[in-house]
Amino acid sequence: MSEVRFGQAINRALADAMAADESVVLFGEDVAAPGGPFGVTRGLLDRFGAERVRDTPISEAAIVGAAVGAAMSGLKPVVEIMFMDFVTLSMDALVNQAAKARFMFGGQYALPMVVRLPHGGGINAGPQHSQCLEAWLAHVPGLKVVCPATVADAYALTRAAIADPDPVIVVENKSLYAVKGELPESMPNVTIGKADIARPGRDATIVTYGAMRDVSLAAASALAKDGIEAEVVDLRSLQPWDETAVLASLARTHRLVIAHEAVEAFGIGAEIAARMADIGFDELDGPIVRVGAPFMPVPFAKELEARYRPDATRIADAVRRTLA
Amino acid sequence: MTAADSVAPLDLLRTMRLIREAELRLAQLFADGEVPGFIHLSVGQEGVAAGVCAALGPADTLASNHRGHGHALAKGLDLERFFLEIMGKAEGMCKGRGGSMHVADAAVGMLGANGIVGAGLPIAVGSALAHQVKKSGAVAAVFFGDGALAEGVMHESFNLASIWRLPVLFVCENNGWSEFSPTARQLAATPTALAESHKIIARSIDGNDVIAVHDAARALVSEIRSAGGPRFLECRTTRVRGHFEGDPQKYRDAVDAARSEDDPIGRLERRLAADGVPAADIKSAERDAIARVDAAVARARAGAAPTFDAALRDVYANTEARP
Repeated sequence: MSEVRFGQAINRALADAMAADESVVLFGEDVAAPGGPFGVTRGLLDRFGAERVRDTPISEAAIVGAAVGAAMSGLKPVVEIMFMDFVTLSMDALVNQAAKARFMFGGQYALPMVVRLPHGGGINAGPQHSQCLEAWLAHVPGLKVVCPATVADAYALTRAAIADPDPVIVVENKSLYAVKGELPESMPNVTIGKADIARPGRDATIVTYGAMRDVSLAAASALAKDGIEAEVVDLRSLQPWDETAVLASLARTHRLVIAHEAVEAFGIGAEIAARMADIGFDELDGPIVRVGAPFMPVPFAKELEARYRPDATRIADAVRRTLA
Repeated sequence: MTAADSVAPLDLLRTMRLIREAELRLAQLFADGEVPGFIHLSVGQEGVAAGVCAALGPADTLASNHRGHGHALAKGLDLERFFLEIMGKAEGMCKGRGGSMHVADAAVGMLGANGIVGAGLPIAVGSALAHQVKKSGAVAAVFFGDGALAEGVMHESFNLASIWRLPVLFVCENNGWSEFSPTARQLAATPTALAESHKIIARSIDGNDVIAVHDAARALVSEIRSAGGPRFLECRTTRVRGHFEGDPQKYRDAVDAARSEDDPIGRLERRLAADGVPAADIKSAERDAIARVDAAVARARAGAAPTFDAALRDVYANTEARP
């Protein structure tokens, strides 16, 4: 067991995957010599060499497009798009090429590729460097989307993504990169699509992912002082998402809140709410309440962004509302 | 045969004839309602597909575009599974999920036709990256039209291939038309100037002279293998039919393939005859192609429709189908 930062856990996962499989290659803007805009890929160029760890030009369309061609030709590329906001420039390669290749070519091609996308974070980066756009990608058949919330999952989900035969998007919350946590010496295998019960509880379920896991846990602690025991379910994977675990939790608590940093409207929470209103209808004793960002671009100023991002108070209030 | 060997002109004729007869049959099947969706034919451009693909080896990879039937057949795609696919049958090479715009065959390094203009460029660049990292000596080729040169990803792909010295052969089939608009109104620069501005060695040739295409492609592939780095080949050619089958083409005068002096098949046939190749050998290319197409179409007509459940299971490699 060792204590490392979230970003270092991803770094270790990349290094271990590259050491285990020489078909794993890394490329993206400033990931090699500079070590990544957030330092996540630091040291990998020195260890694995310029053939396998490459700085690209500022070419988001070609980065992901080349990952598609490389994956179809025997490599396992792991590429980074510096901020998730920039994935708008890669969308053809992701949506029309990567997501569909297996299906539209009749299963002839596997696409073992990973796209790392730093999102959100509340670091006053403004409207074009702060967005949480994961719902767009989870909406596309053929893509998988994971979003680790803990140091252990940052390692485990990155390894699982690289080992996966399908294109996997790894969404990394920028506010988590510096967070410290325990990384077990021997990591259990994590299956993409399995949720984690971050805190058990009997009164209400909070389904969340990414940076909102810790915020939801803080909300649960605050609620516990009032005698309300909230169960926090960390999805870990958004596509596929663990419908079974969420339904099981709902069956225990009969109340459901969904919290994420992304804009509430048409988000991941909308899908979960709709599914639970269908298959979990008989379990519900209160309204399903979502907590997310308001329907506006991410604002820059500290005061504006602080109010924009969901916090523990809003999540706790949502739990109280569904219990009312 | 190594890729550097020259392919006999009669074999190039056979490839061009196969593409021509396959596409003319597709046009008929489309008109008769036996091919659903829509199709883009390369009639008049067969010399480019045949000449370039004959310069590639089995380990070389190929990305194509929406007008990709010829590229696929020239790379060695199975003719029966080609027709099965385009007619939407379960035994099609893509199990009836892709159709005309997505013919692909992993067994011959065919990375797929593509419905998005320009999308094949970065895919070929990535495939070339794999060849470079694995030191396989293979080359990735990509066919695209002059219209694709107006896409932003063209610049990104040329630039990346150039700075990483990737083994890519960029083949621009310049047929003068960006869908319904003449290229003269679409591109500010010439194709070769665009490539050269990225420090990619570029050549421009008569794409309707299949021998010239083949010789140029062989030379460029050989340079890529020996000296490294990408090369660019502009093949000036003729789109005989519309952008898609059924295109009324009110924007242009009709081109009559059979009477066109530029037809790559007629040109090679005249040349072979002048070189003393027996007329029976020349004629056999057409007769054999028609016989093969007849058999493939009969087989495809008898093929079963795909099942929905099988399609649903193939969205991901290892997960159950989800609602």
